[in-house]
Amino acid sequence: MDFLNALVLLANFVLIPAISYGSQLALGALGITLIFAILRFSHFAHGDVMAFGTAGVILTTWALQAAGVSLGPLPTALLALPVGIVASAAILLAADRSVYRFYRKVKAKPIVVVMASLGVMFVVNGLVRFVIGPNDQNFADGARFLFTVREFRDATGLAEGMGIRISQVITVVVTAIVVAALFWFLNRTRTGKSMRAFSDNEDLALLSGINPERVVTVTWLIVAVLVTMAGTLYGLDKSFKAFTYFQLLLPMFAAAILGGMGNPVGAVVGAFVIALSEVGVTYAFRKFLEYLLPDGMAPEGLVQLLSTDYKFAVSFVLLVVVLLVRPTGLFKGQTQ
Amino acid sequence: MNLRNVILFAIMAALLVLVGFLQSPSVAMGMVNMCLISAIMALGVNIQWGYAGLFSVGTMGFVALGGLAVVLTSMPPVHEAWSAGGLGVLGALAIGVLTIVAAVQAWKRVPAGLGRMGALLVILVVGFVAYRAVLDPAVDAIEGTNTAVAGYLGGMGLPVLLSWVTAMGLAAGVAWVIGKVSLGLRSDYLAIATLGIAEVIIAVLKNEDWLSRGVRNVNGLPRPVPYEVALQTNPTFLSWAEWLGLGATEASSLFVKACYALLFAIVLAIIMWLSERAWKSPWGRMMRAIRDNETSAKAMGKDVKARHLQVFILGAAVCGLAGAMLVTLDGLLTPGSYQPLRFTFLIWVMVIVGGSGNNWGSVLGGFLIWFLWVQVEPIGLWLIGLLTASMPEDSGLRAHLIDSAAHVRLMTMGVILLLVLRFAPKGLIPEK
Repeated sequence: MDFLNALVLLANFVLIPAISYGSQLALGALGITLIFAILRFSHFAHGDVMAFGTAGVILTTWALQAAGVSLGPLPTALLALPVGIVASAAILLAADRSVYRFYRKVKAKPIVVVMASLGVMFVVNGLVRFVIGPNDQNFADGARFLFTVREFRDATGLAEGMGIRISQVITVVVTAIVVAALFWFLNRTRTGKSMRAFSDNEDLALLSGINPERVVTVTWLIVAVLVTMAGTLYGLDKSFKAFTYFQLLLPMFAAAILGGMGNPVGAVVGAFVIALSEVGVTYAFRKFLEYLLPDGMAPEGLVQLLSTDYKFAVSFVLLVVVLLVRPTGLFKGQTQ
Repeated sequence: MNLRNVILFAIMAALLVLVGFLQSPSVAMGMVNMCLISAIMALGVNIQWGYAGLFSVGTMGFVALGGLAVVLTSMPPVHEAWSAGGLGVLGALAIGVLTIVAAVQAWKRVPAGLGRMGALLVILVVGFVAYRAVLDPAVDAIEGTNTAVAGYLGGMGLPVLLSWVTAMGLAAGVAWVIGKVSLGLRSDYLAIATLGIAEVIIAVLKNEDWLSRGVRNVNGLPRPVPYEVALQTNPTFLSWAEWLGLGATEASSLFVKACYALLFAIVLAIIMWLSERAWKSPWGRMMRAIRDNETSAKAMGKDVKARHLQVFILGAAVCGLAGAMLVTLDGLLTPGSYQPLRFTFLIWVMVIVGGSGNNWGSVLGGFLIWFLWVQVEPIGLWLIGLLTASMPEDSGLRAHLIDSAAHVRLMTMGVILLLVLRFAPKGLIPEK
């Protein structure tokens, strides 16, 4: 019984939050890794584009809510997703046409493109704050819980309970669908294959008649889908704030690098590793140990390794360790 | 300095004088102070990027460390807190350092394999448990003492100007650790790593209340210049003010700001002189050789990694110095105010716009971009006021636009950066 209680406790406070956070990170990290694979630079504007797409979703959600449209138990934001995707696709393509394409043409050093993406980051960040403001925005609606802690306790008779929120279910389901679709696209379709060919060997791909501009455009469109999904799911799960989204840049990059830059499978695995460590390291394990250890051996402190404010330190430390020990990441990524 | 550069600096000076006439001399003087600090930060980034081509976006962390150094140096020590938990904290820090040293040694000496992993794991876990066991009670004791005004260890009670030196030391020390770990990574990985370390430093400042009161801020830092209130009751000063035809309040505020400006200008001149000497020296040529072609520099027998570490530390120290000056000027340390857009990326815009690899360019960039950063907001407000003037008074859109005008400056900075990168990648004053 104690063992089950401990397990449920862990699931409620560590596993479930980590899985949903990990899914959101995975979508973001996939975008970063794709841009790196195809365009060969680190996209610093990623967090802000994510905020931009989400802002589009939020505004549409509000409009839909005002018009009385709803999805019943599901959040209205799901209906608004296409608008957000169009918005982020528009801004990404605009940035590509007006900024990145030039550097591609002159074959600029990657670091120059990174700097240009800093400029884009500033502009998009300003746009987001201009449109929706710098404050917290909550746009979740519909039912909150699949089942609550209390319902779980009553149903099972355990001392501990666990609750699953609708937003967490949606996050996991949507992520699973999107990731599956992405891998299908990359591995099975002609365009996907040409993208992988382009990523593996640009010259050879050009020789065999692949149109680079088309590959780039498709990449940005996919990134727009991924990034808007990630942002919306994160916003539904927690809340939307421009600055928080900017800060997500670090764990997303950490996930992509951890898995091996340019490797999509790696990005997904990396995201879950980062999320699990972030949540696990900042969770107070006292009660968990109380259940597992014999009486009288229970720890006195909270057994919390780090306070929650240090969660960025976790992604940072993992990032540095991986870079030092295995610079190509867990799965072999590109190194050039 | 050729004629073109002199003209550019003259335009900049004219802009500041114009602010003095159009807004007020006090506003202009305040702006000059911030421009001087920004110029020093830009010089720090230029040392890392312009000299050596290191793409480090951890500037905010070093600036914040400089601010911390002011508190640690110049605030009087809180004796109660020291007796409550001072030894515990020092002991815990010693344990922490020992653990890391032991782990590094284990990594170096034990042959690779499961044995090494096991040894590392044991050392780190034991070290961490011991560290927390010693630190936690000490921290509780310190934060419990006189929480309303203290609740931290305080500083060393030394003169505040000395803290500018300790700031360089602190930033340099931390930069050494970071550099050891993250230099040698490919350029954009270094950027991510330094971005992360800056966030970690800010998190430490915000959460380690025993160190600098965390988000409760430290205020009332000692000042290197006289207080306005003291001046306003000083008969000699009042007679001067009267002779100049200024009110006591305005004269005292101007005088204090001018004192700061003088101090900052002296520091800027020293840093500038040293930077220029370094740039023209054989060392500077070597750095540029490494920057432009690492492989051939290596072939010439240059120790690229050691030189990178050196230049990274130097740049960080200069950023730390600027951070200390900023906190001294404000008279308070507010960890919550450190934002990467303002303290890292804005400084980068200064360096790129001014001209990377040129010290004069960085100074000009620091002045110009700070000037725009401050002035774009009222201009944006004015523009939006103009655009929305035809809308009805109670229009929600109009209110929203006017509220959001402040964010125009982020966009402006981004557009400036993009335009300069695209059309004048060498900046206003290109590298010679």
